[in-house]
Amino acid sequence: MNWLIAILQTTLFVALAPLLAGWLKVCKCYLQNRQPPSLLQPYRDLLKLTNKQPVVSEQASWLFIKAPYIIFSATVLAATVVPLIAVDLPTSASADVIVMVGFFAFARFFLALAGLDVGTAFGGMGSSREMTISSLAEPAMLMAIFTLTMTASTTNLSLAISHVLEQGLVLRPSFVFALFALILVAVAETGRIPVDNPTTHLELTMIHEAMILEYSGRHLALIEWASQLKLMLYGVLCANIFFPWGIAQTFSLHDLGYGLLAIIGKLMVLSIILGIAETLVAKMRLFRVQEYLGFAYLLGLLGMLSHIILEASR
Amino acid sequence: MILLLAYCAVLFSFTSGLLALLSNQQQFLLALQHRFLKTPSAFIDHCLEEHHYPNFLRQVVFIALGLSGGFAVLAGLSVLISNTVVTDQIGLGLPWLPWHIRFDALSGFFFLIIGIAVGAVSLYGPGYVHHYKEKDHPFAVLGLFTGLFVTGMLLVLLADDAFVFMIAWELMSVASYFLVAFQHENSANRRAAFLYLLMAEVGALAIILAFGVLASFSDGFTFDALRHAQLSTTWASIAFGLAVLGFGMKAGIVPIHVWLPEAHPVAPSHISALMSGVMLKVAIYGLIRFSFDLLDKIQWQWGVVLLVIGTISALGGILYAMMQPNLKRLLAYSSVENIGIIFMVLGLAMIFLDNGHPELAALGFLAALFHAFNHALFKNLLFLGAGMIHQQTHELNIDMLGGLIKKMPQTSMVFLVGCMSISSLPLFNGFVSEWLAFQTALQVDVLDNGVLRSLIPVSAAALALTAALAAACFVKVFGLTFLGVPRSRHSEKAHEVKDKGMIAATTLLAGMCFLVGIFPSVIIRLINRVTGQLLNQTLANNNGLSWLWLAPVAPEQASYSPPLVLIGALIAGCVCYWYLRRDPDKAIRIGETWDCGFGGLTPRMQYTSSAFTMPFRRIFAKAWIIDEQVNKDMQGAMDQDVAAVHYALHIQDHSWPWVYQPLERGVNNLSKQVGRIQTGNIRTYLGYSFVTLLVLLWVIS
Repeated sequence: MNWLIAILQTTLFVALAPLLAGWLKVCKCYLQNRQPPSLLQPYRDLLKLTNKQPVVSEQASWLFIKAPYIIFSATVLAATVVPLIAVDLPTSASADVIVMVGFFAFARFFLALAGLDVGTAFGGMGSSREMTISSLAEPAMLMAIFTLTMTASTTNLSLAISHVLEQGLVLRPSFVFALFALILVAVAETGRIPVDNPTTHLELTMIHEAMILEYSGRHLALIEWASQLKLMLYGVLCANIFFPWGIAQTFSLHDLGYGLLAIIGKLMVLSIILGIAETLVAKMRLFRVQEYLGFAYLLGLLGMLSHIILEASR
Repeated sequence: MILLLAYCAVLFSFTSGLLALLSNQQQFLLALQHRFLKTPSAFIDHCLEEHHYPNFLRQVVFIALGLSGGFAVLAGLSVLISNTVVTDQIGLGLPWLPWHIRFDALSGFFFLIIGIAVGAVSLYGPGYVHHYKEKDHPFAVLGLFTGLFVTGMLLVLLADDAFVFMIAWELMSVASYFLVAFQHENSANRRAAFLYLLMAEVGALAIILAFGVLASFSDGFTFDALRHAQLSTTWASIAFGLAVLGFGMKAGIVPIHVWLPEAHPVAPSHISALMSGVMLKVAIYGLIRFSFDLLDKIQWQWGVVLLVIGTISALGGILYAMMQPNLKRLLAYSSVENIGIIFMVLGLAMIFLDNGHPELAALGFLAALFHAFNHALFKNLLFLGAGMIHQQTHELNIDMLGGLIKKMPQTSMVFLVGCMSISSLPLFNGFVSEWLAFQTALQVDVLDNGVLRSLIPVSAAALALTAALAAACFVKVFGLTFLGVPRSRHSEKAHEVKDKGMIAATTLLAGMCFLVGIFPSVIIRLINRVTGQLLNQTLANNNGLSWLWLAPVAPEQASYSPPLVLIGALIAGCVCYWYLRRDPDKAIRIGETWDCGFGGLTPRMQYTSSAFTMPFRRIFAKAWIIDEQVNKDMQGAMDQDVAAVHYALHIQDHSWPWVYQPLERGVNNLSKQVGRIQTGNIRTYLGYSFVTLLVLLWVIS
């Protein structure tokens, strides 16, 4: 039963990720006085891409062709670890939160290699920038997450979220710091404004797009889907770690349905906030990103220290 | 019986060294054969033929080395599995001090590491040394010192008194000096070798002093006597400080690491693999033996020292590694990083041990040893891979490589596994030890000391940064070396390595990296024996080490199941692969590179090493001494058109101007002062003798 729920949850993750991207686009369009596309447009795009014949450069090696599958699988595996509608997942035990960060690193490793594979200047540029940003973002993210794991004294995400639920509504300064750190990291890692612009195709500013320029057809679909999934994963992490209320603790149909509604509501609110932020803030220069991520790292560290100094049991 | 296996390992490595000496003694062997063998044997004749002899001898030498590795693995495994301690005395050495030998779980574990590495190198060796010209680079020298080097390392592990330990240690250092200086026609190599010898001897002095401090409080030089030495905390700390200096110099911690990136890359690749993968581990062994075994009580302050220098080494090592365009130098710097990680976790173990949490100390200790094991595997693999690249392209500068994935598919596969392991990606072995290190650091809540409680999370943050930077560094390495379009004629004309032994050695190591990553508990259970013997404490949750699960503290605190993750990955991969590839009409079409439609792409437009690391160079600018020069050649009527741009980038380590050059100047000045009393005048010297005599007489009376 547990395993069934885990599989169902992962499927939901994969299925709902394009919807979240669509909803975010709708929010942004309304905020910017534009006519929004249909909420289902991301699904149509993915379907269109999967039905097209992919064109691969003659310079590409096997790594370029296999990389989208690896990237997608690694992101799906990361999704199995994160509780979406219910806690107490068996998959959370087989891979804890450090492994989840490892899955992201795995996907990124191959994405960056794929960018270098064809031998274009754009690909190298994207890979170099992506690795720079992620190597600053990953420690900040681990710091934020360690604050949670030390509070709950477990690195198992399901158990940690249950722990937060049991404690009830307690205002922990460490969690405030960690939440802000995680949001900053999430924005950077999912390539949103102000770090990267998902809609740009201007050569000098793009990061994620530069790496995947040579991809087409089903390969592009997989990578796009993986990045939508990543956006959703970060959203769910922010929502369920810091505001876990509503998530199902038993596997009754009522609780699960309630959990699904809760997370959809939370994600809708989060994406409205993200949409507002993206509308208000301009993209920053590449070499300002270090200050931004350094700030995130500092927030994460502050969260951890304030946990140790203020909140730990002694 | 177990000891016999260990002796066999030592003897076979020694024999392989001696056999190499026969490389130019073909006539002598022929004479021997005629004298003793009445019936001529066709096989021996065939082997001794002019043509076959060098090849045959190489095979024999490396087979002996391989046997040594095999016996080392067997000895290590048997002592770990039987969980015993064997001691022995050999009547060699000083008349009143025979050699004391002791073989316990800790030695056994390092025997295992050396055995695997030596085994892989012996498979790899024949194909690799084959291209050395006998006239310039005699095989006798290479084979002899390789044998002695391995013998020295194995003896260090067996030693049970300070004398044997130091003799074996010096054997290892001096033999490896000759290996570093093997290609001595380059002045850079001679300089690196001299620097290495100098540092090795300074380190050895520090180790001798450390033993001396211990010995002055005990009655003898055997480790048994040293264990019972009663030291005050101050003296123990002094001994520990000297040991960290001595062993740390060998292990290559920042800032005393400079010899390492100079010496490791210039040796032949299979020797670099042994030096970086194994010799540094022997230094770690020495430190563990000295501090956890010989010193009576561990102080947590020592742990803090190790934690801090470990953190600095890890971060410094990877930042310096990232900037290197030379593949082997990069790998050498990355060894500094990994040794730093091992030091960090050992420091954590010390902190927990002195604060009364031996089960957490066991966890940290285990993480350190496991990382040592993993590093030996993947660093060996990467150095051997670098050797294959160098052999095929005659190039180690990664800015001149590229596109090798199509020319050398097997090499690229094993190298990719090495890169993934060292970048600590899940499913590979590097990740597991890093995971264990994080688990140790996250237990900081049990400590009472406020400083430690805030210091350890900071170092955990540094560890996270190190891991992320390592991933970036090895994306650069693999991406620029194997992917893209060839950047030079050499890499365009490269072929796959033909020699089966070289492929087999690297495949073996790559396979082990993967298998240990999937079933880490097998090795961890062995290490648990070591912690049981050394710390009298095994993991808190010994049941958490099944083949499927890894839950070192408690299943509800942290668990990781690599086999399940692998199954999940396979399912996810297969489902999307099957779904998307079901329609044969939509098979891939091969086309020109799009590149936003600009066209006119040349290999030189690709990112290079310095371009890839440019953002890092700006962000961490303070970490290096950067000398960047851009010169433009102008032409045209108004001198306004750029004809060519010359770009030069030189990056230096901070430790040169801050540590070495002041020391060098100091030593020079001091020797000038000493030189003053040497006037060269015989009367002055007679005067000195007279004064000395007077003083001595005065002292005696």
